[in-house]
Amino acid sequence: MSERELSIQDVRHIAKLSRLAPDDATVESMRSALSSILGHIAKLSTIDVAGVEPMAHPLALSNRLAADEPGATLPIELVLLNAPAKVDRYLAVPKVLDEGGA
Amino acid sequence: MNTQAHTCTGLHEIAAQVRAGASTASSRVEACLARISDRGTALHAFNEVHADEARAAATRIDASIKRGENPGALAGVILAIKDNIATTQGHTTCSSRFLENYRSPFDASVIQRLQSQGAILIGKTNLDEFAMGSSTENSAFGATRNPWDQTRVPGGSSGGSAAAVSAGFCDAALGSDTGGSIRQPASLCGCVGFKPTYGRISRYGLVAFGSSLDQIGPFAKDVRGCAELFEAMAGRDTLDSTTVDLPVPDCCTQLDEPLRGLRIGVPREYRTDANAPSVARALDEAIAAYKSMGATIVDVELPLTDVGISTYYVIAPAEASSNLARFDGIRYGHRATLEAGEGLEDLYAKSRSQGFGPEVQRRIMLGTYVLSSGYYDAYYNRALQVRRRIREEFDHAFTKCDVLLGPTSPIPAFEIGGKKDPWAMYLCDVYTVNTNIAGIPGISLNTSYAQEGNSTLPIGMQLQGPAFSEALLLRAARMLERTMPPSYPA
Repeated sequence: MSERELSIQDVRHIAKLSRLAPDDATVESMRSALSSILGHIAKLSTIDVAGVEPMAHPLALSNRLAADEPGATLPIELVLLNAPAKVDRYLAVPKVLDEGGA
Repeated sequence: MNTQAHTCTGLHEIAAQVRAGASTASSRVEACLARISDRGTALHAFNEVHADEARAAATRIDASIKRGENPGALAGVILAIKDNIATTQGHTTCSSRFLENYRSPFDASVIQRLQSQGAILIGKTNLDEFAMGSSTENSAFGATRNPWDQTRVPGGSSGGSAAAVSAGFCDAALGSDTGGSIRQPASLCGCVGFKPTYGRISRYGLVAFGSSLDQIGPFAKDVRGCAELFEAMAGRDTLDSTTVDLPVPDCCTQLDEPLRGLRIGVPREYRTDANAPSVARALDEAIAAYKSMGATIVDVELPLTDVGISTYYVIAPAEASSNLARFDGIRYGHRATLEAGEGLEDLYAKSRSQGFGPEVQRRIMLGTYVLSSGYYDAYYNRALQVRRRIREEFDHAFTKCDVLLGPTSPIPAFEIGGKKDPWAMYLCDVYTVNTNIAGIPGISLNTSYAQEGNSTLPIGMQLQGPAFSEALLLRAARMLERTMPPSYPA
């Protein structure tokens, strides 16, 4: 983890992976802010972690399965009240497939 | 600032008076609404005040008492709810443009539990957008101001809840704590804020930020109020598979009984030059208070304390980048208008860029980067290894002491606009992030004051305990509270 200055291309790539569409000014301010934060985070590389098991979670979790019994669900009409666009009882989205399928 | 001494009688006592007819839920709601009407706009603690709904709930509770029924242990207790906790009452916005018009079709489990015991919700409180911040300045709807000095921040991210409790807009409030977001604003606003052990309280209905770090917890004017709300909310919930299957401890019965032979650990890493002189003095006062009560002060070491922020700013953004992927403009929330030729991918990216503020976008990108191909091992995996070492340091410290004492925040409330650099803001949480990284409980309570110019500013001390030690931790906090009784803006 060497300290590294992100490039404009790096930031555009991260933005794409993040599903964000920053304008040019935002890309530059983001480049500077993220580079600075990554510089601070580089401190982690000074800590001896040889042989240490990563800890993703504070609890020793095991899978829990709920009983396979149908229960009450939220009414579709209520859930769809928040939909930005809908057709009948369905969410409306831009066309995903080309004519004839993709 | 005119202040009023607070009598630490908790919330059950309020409910007992309501049930006994010495007070009514309706008159209590009106008293809170009057205070909100007086100072609410200036402080901007609330995103939304639910006057009609609170009045209606109070009328129902008063009527049920008249019929001889018992509406519960929290009958007529008035709560403010952080606006990232789902309520069917009003909106749930996370102080984000993205969710400005979102109405939750369900209540969070904690809301169901509290309302079933007679609690009344008076409104949704302001926060840093999606709980990302330490000052509540990152709200899309404007900053919250500190009730002790309106030119200063209340802390964050649960700044609205902390300000609402300290200003007397409610009896108590709920917040969420991912890296200090309950304890730090409690410290800066002079109230009590409690983050329980990870897994104690259901997160169902809490809008997820860092799923291995997030925990809902209470704000109250006294330790007893926090203990009562904790008990009311805690316990296994089938809707959150990370809630633990342990009995909820009795934290209230023996709360006022001082602990004998208490060992207070003071990590040397909690005494640094970063602490304001007033904060360093407050720590000395708290140590002296515990000594006078017969506690033993133990020197302990937590050498990884200052690596916590670096660890946190890998793990929390990584989890956030994944959690916030759900905000795509399809099912709910903001949807951008597309130009000709644009498709689904453009819809996601434009909606998110328009709906999220700068700090949220920064953290999503940081999290995406540390999880991306080529950087995962260097950043994310390494942070998880450091995380285990931090947890082991706490475990080791707790072999020498029962609880850890230190400042909650290195500084009292700072000026609005006073911290422009993100990293400088992140450092506000140097003493609180490791609690979440280790998953242990922590509580902040006001013990002292700083005089800055004409302002009197509260200073909070933090106690941390081993996982699931809430009963002990609250009792230790109550000991300190008795020697340094709180007061609030009149």
